[in-house]
Amino acid sequence: MTPLAAIFAEAWSEIRVHKLRVMLSLLGVFLAVLGMTSIAAAGDIGRQLVTESAERSGGRPATVTVQAFPLTAAPDADVISSALRDVVERYDIRWSSLVLDQEIVANFPAFTERVQVRSVDPEYGPMHRVLLADGRWFTPADSDRYAPALVVSASFLARLGGFDPNSPPTVRLGGTTPVTATVIGVLEEEDFGAPFAYLLNESAQTWISGEAGFGQAPMLEMWVPPSQVEEVSAAVTGDLRATLPGHEVFAERLDQGAELADLDGVLNYGVRGVGYFALLLGGVGVLNVGLVVVGQRIREIGVRRSFGATSTRVFLTIMLESVCATAVAGALAVGCAIAIVLNLPYEQILSVPIEDLPPFPLKAAVEGFLAATAVGALAGIIPAVIAVRAKVIDAIRY
Amino acid sequence: MTFIRLAGLGRAVRLPDRSRLDILTDINLEIERGEHIAVVGRSGSGKSTLLNLIGLLDSPTAGTYELDGRPTANFSVRARARLRGATFGFVFQQFNLLPRRSATENVAAPLLYSSGRQVWRRRNAAREMLERVGLGQRLDYLPERLSGGEQQRVAIARSMVRGPQVLLADEPTGALDIDTGNSVMDMLQEMVAQSGTTLVTITHDLSVAARADRHFRLEHGVLSRLERAELPSVTARRSVV
Repeated sequence: MTPLAAIFAEAWSEIRVHKLRVMLSLLGVFLAVLGMTSIAAAGDIGRQLVTESAERSGGRPATVTVQAFPLTAAPDADVISSALRDVVERYDIRWSSLVLDQEIVANFPAFTERVQVRSVDPEYGPMHRVLLADGRWFTPADSDRYAPALVVSASFLARLGGFDPNSPPTVRLGGTTPVTATVIGVLEEEDFGAPFAYLLNESAQTWISGEAGFGQAPMLEMWVPPSQVEEVSAAVTGDLRATLPGHEVFAERLDQGAELADLDGVLNYGVRGVGYFALLLGGVGVLNVGLVVVGQRIREIGVRRSFGATSTRVFLTIMLESVCATAVAGALAVGCAIAIVLNLPYEQILSVPIEDLPPFPLKAAVEGFLAATAVGALAGIIPAVIAVRAKVIDAIRY
Repeated sequence: MTFIRLAGLGRAVRLPDRSRLDILTDINLEIERGEHIAVVGRSGSGKSTLLNLIGLLDSPTAGTYELDGRPTANFSVRARARLRGATFGFVFQQFNLLPRRSATENVAAPLLYSSGRQVWRRRNAAREMLERVGLGQRLDYLPERLSGGEQQRVAIARSMVRGPQVLLADEPTGALDIDTGNSVMDMLQEMVAQSGTTLVTITHDLSVAARADRHFRLEHGVLSRLERAELPSVTARRSVV
């Protein structure tokens, strides 16, 4: 223990004495690790942004849609809905929703307009990471309300005034048999001026199924483990074909998980490659300075030999100087990277909401620190060998 | 009891033209514990080579060297380094203080190659040693801010801090004026006398050599005894070979 502590003490003392030289030689390593670690961490956050954005439209990995429609006659929405719900129950699929896009007349205070309405189950919100600016998403209890509940977009709400959860706005839906619906939540996502609303399937069925355009067959969305996509798809489509003879039944993966994984790989290896190359250049800088300095320290090494320094000790000390210095530079760079990455206003910069800001990736921090330390060891070997090979007599007389 | 025994010791080097140069030839010398011996000789006579051989910094090409009864030829490079640190202290003509380290750090440096308590207590031991050589007010001074005499006193403190059995002084007053040289030698002799350390002084200054118990002359690599009558009295100012 004591010899090891002595070696570290000696190496640290050398770094302290030559701090300006050490700092200049380490600038390259510091910047390389800072860049490498920051980009890796920012890459994680970028990936999360892309993933969340993709999941809002296509669902989480893996989201599978199942559609069934008759080959000849008009679809019977009740029969198809019932068959879809049966397979969900049969295979005990925890996360699923029937989805149906329709247009319906909305009677706003100032005017009447046809708006886009999507009928969904409460599970649709978590499956698609639906973000709300105000109010709340549906719960199963909303099916029992005496009037349909709506989650609307910003421009839909703008036509009603504002949102007050204590006195939520209402709107009359439907032309032939209108019903008053209550707005319970407001979407955060931009709707680009086109009013849009979510409605529960059961509410749609109860209150507005008689409206023109309603009565079409919904599709089924299932959130299943990515490894089970093929198996679940085959089982569900097989069952539905048996239940719904004369229907075309097909299933397809809706989310972009596979494409994102490819993008992730390119980003990961690309960023790492650039980082390691920069680190290599930093290491060459450390080696260069190390070689110059060891030449200037030959007399000192000779004096230390007279104190009883063995070849191993001289080698370890010179190498540890390099390792300690690059390790400190690596740790500082990782610290700076953490401070930078965690304090960047991503939502303002990218104008995209982020729900789950990922923590600073521990792997990137550890990798940056270890890479810096390894570069220090590699860059320290050659000066250390030169120091060991210096002849003591010549070194003292130098 | 004989602590250092050199018998028929020689050191030769191969020159670039492949010819052989004998630096030391057939050196026979026995040194007792606590003894003070001096070797005088002109520049190039092989004095420093003899000191390097005794201090295990170099290896002989002929003869035997026994340290405390053990032949040093059997020691590995690693064992020689450890033995050197534990047994010998070196004082150089040009002081060889470590640049940009304070007096305390310089004196503490050899203790980094020691073991156990000495390593952890090195700064305290260095301060105590500097106070012994009268530099208690210069603990944090860098070598560049110290006079020549002060630098050599730091070097002496450094050479004594591990409590060596033998102190090897190569021209210890060579870079100092006469008065400073005398005061440094007074201090050096007092310290080795107190600790019972063997002192081997190599010098071309006969008045420095005269302070020793026994005296030798090294000429063209051959060591011979020098009688006291050939040396000036200890109080004489300076007489160079």
